Amino acid sequence: MSWLPALALGGALTFAIRLSFIALLAHVETPPLVRRALRLVPAAVLSAIILPELIVRDGAVDLAPGNPRLVAGAVAAAIAWWTRSVPLTILVGMASLWLLQHFVS
Amino acid sequence: MRVDPPAPTRRREFLSGCRDELPILLGVAPFGMIYGLLALRAGLPAGTAQAMSSVVFAGSAQFIAVQLIRDAAPAAVVVLTIFLVNLRHALYSASVAPYVRHLDRRWKWLLAYLLTDEAYAVAASRYVRDGARPDVSPLRHWYFLGAGVTLWASWQASTAAGLFLGAQIPQRWSLDFTLALTFIALVFPALKDRASAAAAATAGALAVVAFGLPYKLGLVLAALAGMGVGLAVERKRT
Repeated sequence: MSWLPALALGGALTFAIRLSFIALLAHVETPPLVRRALRLVPAAVLSAIILPELIVRDGAVDLAPGNPRLVAGAVAAAIAWWTRSVPLTILVGMASLWLLQHFVS
Repeated sequence: MRVDPPAPTRRREFLSGCRDELPILLGVAPFGMIYGLLALRAGLPAGTAQAMSSVVFAGSAQFIAVQLIRDAAPAAVVVLTIFLVNLRHALYSASVAPYVRHLDRRWKWLLAYLLTDEAYAVAASRYVRDGARPDVSPLRHWYFLGAGVTLWASWQASTAAGLFLGAQIPQRWSLDFTLALTFIALVFPALKDRASAAAAATAGALAVVAFGLPYKLGLVLAALAGMGVGLAVERKRT
């Protein structure tokens, strides 16, 4: 059996989701409340992606200072706040992670 | 003395979108290679695996689909899972909608196709940075396109690399962490007002609590709750 038809349907649905509000809000005037809520999407979604990456370790919450990703993430957050530089944040974050992984484990 | 930045042109906007997408590729490339390798191991022909990267074009959904295919799940389950895992993109769609409203249908379809987590993170951060300044570039969609095309090309290339060369990058390098770091670099400087800070803190904490929910639904619920709290904080102050 070929998986192509199923994957094509999955792709079409994915495209429909991504197009949904772009197409919809083109014809409807966005109410001010919705507009204010939508401004919060990047901060909310990206934080919801980031935090589990730092805190959930092997399927469990790990808030201990021995969690390398948590500490490296905190260092990276400080660098991001002060420098606003993506490459510098990645550089310092990865260097911290490697050092911590080397010494902690 | 303040030097004005050069006037935006299509080319300049496009290239600056490409450039801002580059750091993310450190995390995306190994992810794409592992996907290619897992797809082969799951028994998918190389052509189908490569086609999935352009037809579905969504990393997490492709990983989960490949696992299901390996376990001989029914096709309907694979389709439904892809749909559920990608539901979060509806939030991205709503979020960028006001900024692409003036574009013609061709542009809307193209940008919607390119609306992945990674392209959204870069494009939306640009919109947040621009804020309400009056001299916003009318060619910002070229920036979005540059970010999206860069990600698309690297996803196709890294899938092919995984299919034909295997995943050569040792896991102990932890390159997947560069994705979280890029998002940190994009989000943190933008948390200047109390509403976004409250939205970020709430969404982040709830995403950790709801981590066990399947299909990334925890992510969607956490983000919605975060937006609600952010709005409440904003309203209290006005």
